[in-house]
Amino acid sequence: MIKKEMIAMLLAGGQGSRLGVLTKNVAKPAVSFGGKYSIIDFPLSNCINSGIDTVGVLTQYQPLRLNAHIGIGIPWDLDRNRGGVTVLQPYESQSGSDWYSGTANAIYQNIEYIDTYNPDYVLILSGDHIYKMDYEVMLEYHKAMGAELTIASMPVPWEEASRFGITVTDDNSRIIDFQEKPKEPKSNLASMGIYIFSWPILREALIKNKDVPECDFGKHIIPYLFNAKKPIYAYEFNGYWKDVGTLDSYWQSNMELVSIIPEFNLYEEYWKIYTKTDIAAPQFISGESKIERSLISEGCEIHGEVHNSVLGEGVTVEAGAVIEDSIIMANVTINAGTRLNKAIIAEGTTIGKNCVIGYGDFAPSTYDARVYNAELATIGENSVIPDGVRIGRNTAILGATSREDYPDGLLQSGGAIIKEGDRI
Amino acid sequence: MRAIGIILAGGNNKRMRELSRKRAISAMPVAGSFRSIDFSLSNMSNSHVQRVAVLTQYNSRSLNQHLSSSKWWDFGRKQGGLYVYTPTITAEHSDWFRGTADALYQNLVFLKESHEPYVIIAAGDGIYKLDYNKVLEYHIEKKADITVVVKSMDPEDDISRFGCVKMNDDNRIVEFEEKPMATDANIISCGIYIIRRRQLIELLEKANDEDRYDFVKDILVRYKNVKRIYGYKMQTYWSNIASVESYYKTNMDFLSRDVRDFFFKQAPGIYTRLEDNPPAKYNPDCSVHNSIVASGCIINGTVENSVLFRKVYVGNNCVIKDSIILNDVYIGDNTVIENCIVESRDTIRANTTYIGTKDDIKIVIEKNERYSM
Repeated sequence: MIKKEMIAMLLAGGQGSRLGVLTKNVAKPAVSFGGKYSIIDFPLSNCINSGIDTVGVLTQYQPLRLNAHIGIGIPWDLDRNRGGVTVLQPYESQSGSDWYSGTANAIYQNIEYIDTYNPDYVLILSGDHIYKMDYEVMLEYHKAMGAELTIASMPVPWEEASRFGITVTDDNSRIIDFQEKPKEPKSNLASMGIYIFSWPILREALIKNKDVPECDFGKHIIPYLFNAKKPIYAYEFNGYWKDVGTLDSYWQSNMELVSIIPEFNLYEEYWKIYTKTDIAAPQFISGESKIERSLISEGCEIHGEVHNSVLGEGVTVEAGAVIEDSIIMANVTINAGTRLNKAIIAEGTTIGKNCVIGYGDFAPSTYDARVYNAELATIGENSVIPDGVRIGRNTAILGATSREDYPDGLLQSGGAIIKEGDRI
Repeated sequence: MRAIGIILAGGNNKRMRELSRKRAISAMPVAGSFRSIDFSLSNMSNSHVQRVAVLTQYNSRSLNQHLSSSKWWDFGRKQGGLYVYTPTITAEHSDWFRGTADALYQNLVFLKESHEPYVIIAAGDGIYKLDYNKVLEYHIEKKADITVVVKSMDPEDDISRFGCVKMNDDNRIVEFEEKPMATDANIISCGIYIIRRRQLIELLEKANDEDRYDFVKDILVRYKNVKRIYGYKMQTYWSNIASVESYYKTNMDFLSRDVRDFFFKQAPGIYTRLEDNPPAKYNPDCSVHNSIVASGCIINGTVENSVLFRKVYVGNNCVIKDSIILNDVYIGDNTVIENCIVESRDTIRANTTYIGTKDDIKIVIEKNERYSM
């Protein structure tokens, strides 16, 4: 009989649609962050660093890259004989097949998986936050308070409180009210989407609410337990925590890493972040290159200039290319004479010679103003940019583009070139 | 696969000076992120050799640490695996490995219990990329008893520290001289051999009966006219770590794009133990030119024509030139280092100067207190 005190369920099925072309073909948890990492590395590393060795990862949207990244969990020491990491995808059963219709529904569909480990507690995590947190301390707190549900919450500036789900607590940190994106917040403690449930309580609540359409923790399960007068406590967290939900916040939090002593420090020996990597070779910085204020990962070949940027593994920057304030993901090639300013370039993209990316001034997006509303030029994975073109600000490109896609060799600010369904 | 592999990784070399004080030569850090044995191990793995033994003796702790898991090279399978053998006391004897042939002889059980017909013997100090299957095909085609991988050296290279061979038109080795005083030969042995397993067992047993312990002197040289010994010419990059000079030069060779492309960009790859360090960080006012930088480094000062291994910290206003800085070195502000090799885990104080010359590379070993950041 297997017995685990606590197991983690990591919700990694979301698209993260506000990351635009970056999540066209990959789920948000698989998007790269900080050069060599993927966003999901942070909760996975937190799990193993907290002594949690059994993690179910629930995937749904574009799971290929995520599955390949997680594999059997070797990079996080989660390849175990008993427990370890298990990827849980929606499945077909005799009564039909259901997608995961909501966060709680996804857990409901995997009750059997959780029961296998006979846990006392279940930790619910989401796969799209950047932070370091010791879940074991949170569990101690959960037990000490005699809670049935503990919600990790962090203080946010009062003026921003209306953007979050707010927990209102009494003097003992017991939650006495919830406010979802309130106009007049009664507290500034925002829920971080990290929950510890006592498993029998959660199990019962999931079964009771199984017919609720799109059953969600925030909207259904937590209010249900609250109305049933279960003891629900807020666990206050004061460290670094970022939801990189938009292109602008994604860019900002990458850029924060290059400051001299960043608030979120990857260089501490304690609480290491692990990731899957295939490249062991060191990077090479050539005689004519110039680099400052940047993070550069393994296997890069730099012959040009890099300022204030984050580069993933195996990036080639040829002579005369200049990169400023940009995020370049793994295996991108930037050819000679090209200039980049405030660009996000996804994996495997090739950019031709003498291009200018981040040209001219900001203009509102004519493609999707909800997603594209910053100065950033965003280029999706495995795209091709021909020689000598200029690409404006607040733009999006995906696919193998050629000279004909750029009238007068220019993509105006606010524009987009999306080559649907192209396979190169 | 038709062969098992044995990597000879036991030796020490006085010409490595202080660098071999705490590690075996096979565990010498190479090219920023690797250890010298990674090259032979990766070649074994890439050639689909599944059973590999590493014979180690001198300072074996360093090597054992590096080989603590075999997953990096994709060994550790049900069919095969990576075995590390050190000398051991048995009912029969309590000797160290008295030579390369003795090292093999003391592990005769490994040879006898395998069923693959051939054995590939490689050295742990060679930096090269080679498909052993091609050598094996050649070995079979030539009906050789032993095939030795050889390399033509440039006339200006000092070859007196190698085994030198002369071959006839058919590439059969007709002369074999170990570390000759003077020679007109320019072809040297790379210390990589292929031999039939049963043949090897027979030769080793005979050598042991005659109290002979050295594979080159007592088997290759002694049998060169009796057995069919052939040379297989390796055309690509090869270098071996045998002295401070060759160690320095080998690392600096990786500053050439051709060498990096050959090892790192062309398939198959070279593998090593991964360490989950963050990307290298370049702070404002740093200046880095023509250098290799490994993961986890933080650079504030100037670095030129140098190789920085993992987790090196370079302070403000430092100048590092033509040097090799091994793993986890902390260099305080305003320090100057030229033509040096800085030993791993050193802590170099601020405002110090270490200058070697091109002909006399200085080895820096400093054990100062480090205050953790």
